[in-house]
Amino acid sequence: MSSDLKDLYQEVVLEHSKRPRNFRVVEGATCAAEGYNPLCGDQLSVTLKLEDGVIRDIGFQGQGCAISKASASLMTGAVKDKTREEAEALFERVHTLVTEGPDKVDPESLGKLAVLSGVSEFPARVKCASLAWHTLHAALDGRSTSVSTE
Amino acid sequence: MSGPGFDLARVRADFPLLRQEVRGRPLVYLDSAATGQKPQAVLDALMRYYTHDNANVHRGVHILSERATQAFEDARETVRRFIHAKDVREVIFVRGTTEAINLVAATYGRKHVGPGDEVLISAMEHHSNIVPWQMVCDAAGAKLRVIPVDERGELRMDAVDALLTERTRLLAITHVSNALGSVNPINALVAKAHAKNIPVLVDGAQSVTHFPVDVQDLDCDFFAFSGHKLFGPTGIGVLYGKLAMLESLPPYQGGGDMILSVTMEKTVYNRVPHRFEAGTPDMAGAVGLAAAIRYLEAVGMEAVSQHDQWLLAYATQALESVPGLKLVGTAPHKTGVLSFTLEDVHPHDVGTILDQEGICIRTGHHCAQPLMQRFGVAATARASLALYNTPEDVDALVKGLHKVKEVFA
Repeated sequence: MSSDLKDLYQEVVLEHSKRPRNFRVVEGATCAAEGYNPLCGDQLSVTLKLEDGVIRDIGFQGQGCAISKASASLMTGAVKDKTREEAEALFERVHTLVTEGPDKVDPESLGKLAVLSGVSEFPARVKCASLAWHTLHAALDGRSTSVSTE
Repeated sequence: MSGPGFDLARVRADFPLLRQEVRGRPLVYLDSAATGQKPQAVLDALMRYYTHDNANVHRGVHILSERATQAFEDARETVRRFIHAKDVREVIFVRGTTEAINLVAATYGRKHVGPGDEVLISAMEHHSNIVPWQMVCDAAGAKLRVIPVDERGELRMDAVDALLTERTRLLAITHVSNALGSVNPINALVAKAHAKNIPVLVDGAQSVTHFPVDVQDLDCDFFAFSGHKLFGPTGIGVLYGKLAMLESLPPYQGGGDMILSVTMEKTVYNRVPHRFEAGTPDMAGAVGLAAAIRYLEAVGMEAVSQHDQWLLAYATQALESVPGLKLVGTAPHKTGVLSFTLEDVHPHDVGTILDQEGICIRTGHHCAQPLMQRFGVAATARASLALYNTPEDVDALVKGLHKVKEVFA
């Protein structure tokens, strides 16, 4: 396997795609949004409970490739108990990571999400990695309409 | 099934793009249903046209305009011959299949589809043969009805009679499914529709590339296809229509060339086909398309078809040997399209890993989302074959799929 491919499909990514965390609908959710990638037909929904500006619980459901599922799974873990602003800031950093590469972001600030660094070598897969995050953004915005990566 | 019926190595050598390495490996191009590669003859024709003949058509009095007009109208005749239209006026140059279908929707649809009417399509249509009809139906208060598809990806012919009603104004159906490869029995469908005086539009984008097409034999009223899938340039396509049908339709877009005379009070429209070709057409595109057709005629469409069936049989067997692989679309009558899913691996991941091996396939819903829903999948991986593909291409694909399984083991 090429080293780029190894970076893309790191063990953690494959593991999260096979056993996604928080793959459920949050009961009593205060925010929800649907995300959609028309390029591949991938679709996911994010539900979350926002209390006093803090994400108390978050889940996702849907279908997608290994990258989009792993990214969504990692995201739910990373933003739980974070404030809305912290979650948005994390989204910014992840976006920079997958579009511009690991050199542009402080790895410390990313935690486990750093495993998504391989995506930057695969421009065609950036939308897969960011779908869940765009959907989270829409949910936090209180937009109930679906978002699209196009 | 016997071999290709032409010198495969020689045909391959005619396509310069195929002679390259990508990602350090020889390119394996298995995405011709999305777009075809271009033979040298097409590239040369484009170069020649722009180097010697380029001018606007149908207007100038100078020699270049004469040559460009001649080349454009010669291309029309080449298309007529290729699809066996009766009259050269039945060939309208458009941007592609999508525009051809939209042209029929905007002219025929606007004129004939009214409240309570129905337009009949099939469950295996590409979005470009669904959305324009939804738009027509929405605007008119008409209803879109759909011929179902069975498990193997064959049209449910037993459902057709009941779906062709006295309210049906048009049957719009694909000749070959881009996502399944299934070949639809157009002659039988046209006979059923015509028995009830219902005209038929055939989306031929995926058929003209694989086997000989005779629009008179099909007896369809409209036939649409694209140049780029037929190994010609992008941005050019053809709408064939029976002459009497075309002459009965209102204009499509307004502008230059589609008129005989214009005053501020009134415009007299030009005759077909020019009535439907407003503005400066894609002259170079038409010239390039004609070159592609001449190339295919030299190879022989019968031989192209024979190669397609031979390689499809080889590829079907080879793919069925891959554990966990499921073919989507197994109609007995199909062309070289192999749509599949791989157990526990999303098609998008299959595509990325194959790409690292220099293998180009398509992954996704192939602009046929309702069909994907029919088969209960969000997407498939699709390898599509053309005249320049070899058994070695198929072997590389199979090897690549084993690599995919390794990554996801």
